[in-house]
Amino acid sequence: MALIEYNKPLKSKFYLLKISGKYEAKMGQFFMIKKDSQFMFLNRPMSIYDLENDGIIFLYKKIGKGTTVLADCKKGDEISIHGPYGNGFPMEVKGDFALVGGGTGIAPLFYASKQLKKYCKNNTIHVFLGLQEKNEFEASFNNYADLLQVNYGGFITDYIPYEKYNTIFSCGPELMMKKIEKQARKLNIDHYVSLEKRMACGVGACLVCTCQTKNGNKRVCKDGPVFRGKDIF
Amino acid sequence: MSGLLDINFLEINFKNPIIMASGTFGFGREYAEIYDIEKLGGIVSKGLTLNPRRGNQGIRVWETSSGMMNSVGLENPGIQAFIENELPFMQSLNLAHIINISGTNLEDYVKACHKISRKKVDMIELNISCPNVQENNIPFGIKETTTREVVKEVRKVVKVPLMVKLSPDADDIIRIARICEEEGADAISLINTFKAFAININEKKKIFENTFAGLSGPCIKPIALRMVHEVAKQVKIPIMGIGGIVNYQDVLEFLMAGAQAVQIGTANFINPKVGEIIIKDLENYLISNDISNISEIIGIVD
Repeated sequence: MALIEYNKPLKSKFYLLKISGKYEAKMGQFFMIKKDSQFMFLNRPMSIYDLENDGIIFLYKKIGKGTTVLADCKKGDEISIHGPYGNGFPMEVKGDFALVGGGTGIAPLFYASKQLKKYCKNNTIHVFLGLQEKNEFEASFNNYADLLQVNYGGFITDYIPYEKYNTIFSCGPELMMKKIEKQARKLNIDHYVSLEKRMACGVGACLVCTCQTKNGNKRVCKDGPVFRGKDIF
Repeated sequence: MSGLLDINFLEINFKNPIIMASGTFGFGREYAEIYDIEKLGGIVSKGLTLNPRRGNQGIRVWETSSGMMNSVGLENPGIQAFIENELPFMQSLNLAHIINISGTNLEDYVKACHKISRKKVDMIELNISCPNVQENNIPFGIKETTTREVVKEVRKVVKVPLMVKLSPDADDIIRIARICEEEGADAISLINTFKAFAININEKKKIFENTFAGLSGPCIKPIALRMVHEVAKQVKIPIMGIGGIVNYQDVLEFLMAGAQAVQIGTANFINPKVGEIIIKDLENYLISNDISNISEIIGIVD
């Protein structure tokens, strides 16, 4: 059990949730989170939005039953959290980066940009976000990104100068990741996608989050959530 | 070694009556990264079939009030790949290992059981109750005739202890349990998940591509407990109780109702270390209630 530091409502039903404590994790990994409530039986997998010295931050959208329970949480409430789980984005990557996020798929990219800035100092990091409307959290990407482009309501994939990049990390709607993969394949770009699936155990045992890849069935929670785009699309 | 929780089930020594249920614990590897799983009494493998299965399409999990539905559809590597890649790991663990075998026809059941029986596994759990297999909408364990047929034929080829896992959807679970006993089953485990249904009201469509799915979790516990109690009175072979157990109090209920051991399933998803916690709590309960061995409470409630 851990304590909630804050749970801030933002525009478009987004929330920023900070849970107190010391955490360590790789970019692109996730935690399993649950509030004790009769309306929330299973844990919810949530990508790391940011890690600070005294806590961990998640960006989520109030969509269904579980996130509605989370949205009602207040500072000081107890919440259960375990992890980190999953493989995360690769650290051994080359060249200039584009990070592309759509909707809640933006969540893992903030911590990714922060980590990349820290560990890949010589590479440029460009961030592309697709949102419905302007939101409070976007500006913070400027702390780490060499360029930030946000598109409202349209297709962010139309604004990416693909030929500039050696590596792309993407997370968001399937159609978005698929379009990026098409370009990545044409231009020989290393493209990594972070997938989202309903989960139960989160650790690779129950097989409810199986996805089909070119190499057969894989577990999103354990073998992923990050896969090579070419293995998925 | 305190000896407080030791049990003997079919001449197999279990450190405690806490066994991880099929399909919720893989083959043990993932949870072994999280805690010392050798503290457990045993683990039951993911359900295995003769040939590999890719499992069901579409949504595989759905949350319900105090429970969940799953439609995994027995995704598994098949018995041969299991023997080569996973069984050595399970057998290297210092705990009892039980191999869960499933099938869609009699021949596959018999072949798979024959193969695994020769590998000196501690026990086979015959799954005649999975609701998630499309080719065979009615599991073998629903009807008396099919139950008798499969247990009889499997028994002929199985040289290790054989436990049959029953479905709560059985026409008459007491009658089915008796048939298993008559046909040579050494033990019975009950219950598997309930066949259940869910609808997406916005899309006016069913949630699961396979239509129905298996319901598990605390919402089924009182029914599971009733079934264990009823069956325990009617058969002489030992019983493993399963169904919605999430804490040591639930375990005590099942043992008092007549189960010699229990399996924990869905609770692993809520807290991956639940096994470790339950074992510690059970020990504390026995000490504070001055009970020298857990077997003293088995079946004490009429």
